Amino acid sequence: MGKTLAEKIWAEHVVRAAQGEPDLIYIDLHLIHEVTSPQAFDGLRLAGRPVRRPDLTIATEDHNVPTLNIDKPIADPVSKLQVDTLRANCTEFGLRIHSLGDKEQGIVHVVGPQLGVTQPGMTIVCGDSHTSTHGAFGALAFGIGTSEVEHVLATQTLPLQRPKTMAINVEGSLQPGVTSKDIILAIIAKIGTGGGQGYVIEYRGGAIRALSMESRMTVCNMSIEAGARAGLIAPDQTTFDYIKGKPHAPEDFDAAVSYWKTLFTDADAKFDVEVNLNADELEPFVTWGTNPGQGLPLNSVVPNPADIADSEAREAVERALVYMGLEAGTPLKKIAIDTVFLGSCTNGRIEDLRAAADVLKGKKIASTLRMLVVPGSARVRLEAEAEGLDKVFLDAGAEWRNAGCSMCLGMNPDQLAVGERSASTSNRNFEGRQGKGGRTHLVSPLVAAATALRGTLSSPADL
Amino acid sequence: MEKFIKHTGTGVPLRRSNVDTDQIIPAVYLKRVTRSGFEDGLFAAWRNDPEFVLNKDVYKKGTVLIAGADFGTGSSREHAVWALQNYGFKVVISSRFADIFRGNSLKGGLLTIILDQAEVEAMWAAVEADPSTSITVDLETRTVGYGSKSLPFDIDDYTRWRLMEGLDDIGLTLKQTDSIDSFEKSRPAYKPTTLPIRS
Repeated sequence: MGKTLAEKIWAEHVVRAAQGEPDLIYIDLHLIHEVTSPQAFDGLRLAGRPVRRPDLTIATEDHNVPTLNIDKPIADPVSKLQVDTLRANCTEFGLRIHSLGDKEQGIVHVVGPQLGVTQPGMTIVCGDSHTSTHGAFGALAFGIGTSEVEHVLATQTLPLQRPKTMAINVEGSLQPGVTSKDIILAIIAKIGTGGGQGYVIEYRGGAIRALSMESRMTVCNMSIEAGARAGLIAPDQTTFDYIKGKPHAPEDFDAAVSYWKTLFTDADAKFDVEVNLNADELEPFVTWGTNPGQGLPLNSVVPNPADIADSEAREAVERALVYMGLEAGTPLKKIAIDTVFLGSCTNGRIEDLRAAADVLKGKKIASTLRMLVVPGSARVRLEAEAEGLDKVFLDAGAEWRNAGCSMCLGMNPDQLAVGERSASTSNRNFEGRQGKGGRTHLVSPLVAAATALRGTLSSPADL
Repeated sequence: MEKFIKHTGTGVPLRRSNVDTDQIIPAVYLKRVTRSGFEDGLFAAWRNDPEFVLNKDVYKKGTVLIAGADFGTGSSREHAVWALQNYGFKVVISSRFADIFRGNSLKGGLLTIILDQAEVEAMWAAVEADPSTSITVDLETRTVGYGSKSLPFDIDDYTRWRLMEGLDDIGLTLKQTDSIDSFEKSRPAYKPTTLPIRS
């Protein structure tokens, strides 16, 4: 029987397999940031261990960094200590780091692909659950905890239980105004936040093949929101073209491509589970609740808990509506927004900024809200400025910020106030995720831009 | 890592499903560079509510957290495990855990046990009826016992052995250095490196 793509990559990275033990898997690339690494470096120091492969490791500063006044010292002393600790650790262990102010600084999952160090067939890890993003290149990429960060630093391997495989087939084609963000939000609503637990998802089908690399990254990025540690897409010409010319693209490009072309699921391979979705039927999708599975097409109304038979599910919806300050039956398009956030590892790439700028061009955002535009990396920011996108955002009345995770998780000063409501292109609408008491609606960049203009959740079709 | 063989303590019923890692410890509490001191951030948003279960005197000494389904979804932050451990929890029971959280917990010696939802609900009822109910978690026999009940749970042999011996995963892997060395020799040249820096 043939192998799935995930099984092929797994098999190529087994350093050691023994009965009754997890497989020891080799890691091709380890991405590091300031939040989940300090305790790992401490562990190395305590045990007197070096970093085994500094040349397969790269660090950047993203979670904590301010997006304003980046030429000044970080104002929050605790954030500053964490960033300073990362810099000191990289110096001590001889690791490459892109710090605030460097043109390659940015969100780890934007930086890897733009440097070309993210390539098909690799195993990629980072102490961040959105590492699944890199799966868009046909890599097996997943988030790890700090103990595992230390393990990879010391050994360049991880002992891992072999995951099960799930295929999500998206056939058909997207209507205008519908994006890859809507695909993944619809998938999560369909299979639930636990639907992917224990699986690696492979996204397949015509609608996936038609996506650009950056749109594919958006899909894979949110695999973890469906519970799957990793999600991937088989590489194709779109992938090869994207990598070509990147700083770390293979020098022997043809040799690499001939290997990459072997990276697909065999026709006779079997997935443990298959899920089907029709892209023709998809509409712009938004979340109304407090987990990414609580989403609906934008033309829907806030659900009524009374319609739910299962008591636990009903209570979860009731609790979400109380937290979100929403009444059952309210049309989603009537929900007024205070802050629009465009950015994050989900939707902070140049194509996302272009799509939003296209909607905003020559118009003004509603006077009732603020809009933050936070490029995913310093390079994305420079690229946007070269295209004049910064002017479009500023002319529309939005704020043009420096790169980082920013309001996606509110570790830096970019936070929602208590009760403040956002339309956010990020990945998690958990309670308090964007600031204590803040209320988040997850949306695509197109919906974010249209919402900014109208003041209520909207799509470009409503303009 | 401390050995985990058997633990006896009282339970804390957390009647919520989908408790994500942002609820276990919000991002603003992740800025410490140590492995300790995260207990203040545990369930931070809910701790202001006097009715929240951890604020009730009868549950203050609990060491076994009994949670709803899909516990630990979201972020990979191991701080969620440290916050639970720093607070004093030794065991978390749920019908479903998120993959990364479960992996982190078992690396760090916080035992996460999967029981059927019906068993979780029975434990909630028992602990709420009598918060002093003694719960014994025995990794040797793979059972959770309270009152007259003894419930078996699954855990793979390797993880169980590692927890019972309190073994450092890295130390175990470093014994395989020869295998890693020889694997590296066979890695193709077109695989990327981050050094030297190219631009």
